[in-house]
Amino acid sequence: MNKQLTKKLAPGHATCAGCGIPAIVRTVLGATDDPVVVVNATGCLEVTSTLYPYSAWKVPWIHNAFENAAATAAGVDGAVKALRKKSKIPADKKIKIVVFGGDGGTYDIGLQSFSGALERGHDFLYVCYDNGAYMNTGGQRSGATPYGADTETTPAGKNSFGKKEKRKDLMSIVIAHHLKYAAQANVAYLTDLKMKAKKALEMEGPRFLLVLQPCTNLWKYPTSEYVRIGKLATETNFWPLYEFENGKYKINWATENPKPLEEFLKTQGRFKHLFKPGNEKVIEEMQKAVDEEWRRLVNLAEI
Amino acid sequence: MRDDKNRVMNLNKNNLALTGGAAAAEALKQINPDVMPVYPITPQTPIIEVFAKMVADGEAATVMIEVESEHSAMSAAVGAQAAGARAMTASSSQGIMLMSEILPIASGMRLPILMFVSARAISAPINIHGDHEDVMAVRDLGWIQFFSENSQEVYDNTFIALKLAEKARMPAMVIMDGFLTSHSVENLEILETPLVRKFIGEYEPKNNLLDMENPMTFGPVSLPNSFFEFKRQQIEAMNGVLTEYENVAEEYEKISGRNHDIFESYQLDDAERAIVVAGSTAGTVKVAVDELREQGEKVGLLKIKLFRPFPYQQIAEALKNVKNIAVLDRTVPLGSNAPIFSEIINSLFELKISNCQLHSYIYGLGGREIFKEDIKKVFDDLKSESKEKVKYIGLK
Repeated sequence: MNKQLTKKLAPGHATCAGCGIPAIVRTVLGATDDPVVVVNATGCLEVTSTLYPYSAWKVPWIHNAFENAAATAAGVDGAVKALRKKSKIPADKKIKIVVFGGDGGTYDIGLQSFSGALERGHDFLYVCYDNGAYMNTGGQRSGATPYGADTETTPAGKNSFGKKEKRKDLMSIVIAHHLKYAAQANVAYLTDLKMKAKKALEMEGPRFLLVLQPCTNLWKYPTSEYVRIGKLATETNFWPLYEFENGKYKINWATENPKPLEEFLKTQGRFKHLFKPGNEKVIEEMQKAVDEEWRRLVNLAEI
Repeated sequence: MRDDKNRVMNLNKNNLALTGGAAAAEALKQINPDVMPVYPITPQTPIIEVFAKMVADGEAATVMIEVESEHSAMSAAVGAQAAGARAMTASSSQGIMLMSEILPIASGMRLPILMFVSARAISAPINIHGDHEDVMAVRDLGWIQFFSENSQEVYDNTFIALKLAEKARMPAMVIMDGFLTSHSVENLEILETPLVRKFIGEYEPKNNLLDMENPMTFGPVSLPNSFFEFKRQQIEAMNGVLTEYENVAEEYEKISGRNHDIFESYQLDDAERAIVVAGSTAGTVKVAVDELREQGEKVGLLKIKLFRPFPYQQIAEALKNVKNIAVLDRTVPLGSNAPIFSEIINSLFELKISNCQLHSYIYGLGGREIFKEDIKKVFDDLKSESKEKVKYIGLK
């Protein structure tokens, strides 16, 4: 494996075949040459990378609990500031704090501590890898699970078409904290992710990246397909790539003719039930919601 | 010197009249901790408010983090302490309950965080007054626990607790009774700051997250093949506090002139009847003991100070000749013996002492007052054989 890529996260971790999380971590951490400290919420990444007595981390790394990665990062930030004051850390030594959390640890259980840390303006980059469900516990719905998806706790059945609620708009929640930089990215677009990580890492204060992470277990597709399916998420406008920087929105990828959402849905087992007779309306509603969200974003970007 | 509701002017600069909360803040100022994540809860607020003003006035260089919950207060303290900083916080009641998920993470990661607790009842029903339910609910999560009788003990316990915590790499709680101690002004003698600094020394973490040249993984996954060994190490570290206590207390006595045994014996040597109690009520018991002694009654007090780790052996030795013992707990025992009462049973069992009568008393819940006359009644009660297993002081 490319030595540059594995400089901070070594091979030998135990993520599933076809998992994009290591690519997200390596791309983000590879975007800076400054020393980094990683704070990790409980979840797939934490569990698969630190099986004692082994650790895949070649950079300082801390895991505290599920819902408190941002608060833990706040403490690390406090320590850096305090130790600088006392000259225990040299003034010219830059230390970047990078948090990784899944959607459960960020949208749901960790939202309060994340919001607190954003509001207080700590110096950290928070990266949420969003696979749309609690995957470390085997696929239960989260606040990030799309409408209509079949999960272990919102199973499709005779009386159910899967999850009945829309996904939480985390980007808007984060942006409401008046931070300098927040961006939505996708592991299938690594160049775009790297550009965003680099930009974010060069700034100070709280910054946020929301990265789509197709999960072969939950989404139910062959492990070799994650890049193709990730791309379809963006090509159908299900997962637009955009930035919010110093008060301005910018769309990073757009097409005149987006693919119908069905193209994305039909590749995955979690939406299979939607193609059965009787569920046509669900797909229609999903397409409508995607179109509306895209129009909202285009309007914001034009301001 | 600040002149506010928590501090009263005194001519001798080392003799102050402070609330327990302000005494804690005074100790904090002298320690000058690196990071202090704080979240307000009654009756802990005097500690963090007085200290925040000290920081604002440049009397301490601490980085304050005004977090959005107690859960985050303890989480940030873990992050800061792991990153090589001295991190401290303060809380109470529901706050302790909310952070209780992170308390064993602090001890499991062997981080000697110091926390003040203004001990208070826990809901429901909601009650903001002093009792020991909060600290008792978290007594087995790997935190060293010190009970304090008054402002002076809050102040002294802080330095002893910090030193023991950092030696053992285990976190510590300095407990004061909510309102009764946290908000009552009492006289105390403070030390010169250089003496305090010399006693506690610089914090030198064994493992440091910010050691960029030697990156370490903090808080990994441990499976059945390693978890047990981590826990065994913690058990040893906690037991080590008992061994280390005497040295640290002796060293502290040298700079302060104040003796701090692992517990306090008051008129206990020849006592036939004794009360065991923790916290501010010990002061009330002392007055009752003095008055009863004047009347020729052989009564005494054993005041619990270090509650975790519990000094079973030493306490059993101190109680071995007492015929009748009343153990007073300020905690609701729901389907069990009250916590201090249980520990006294355990202590006596350790020395195979069975020739004494032990009685459990519950008092002061939700801040219910306890008076000298109540204590005298308990001593009187100890004269007679009673069949009631648990008695309630001041219950209507």
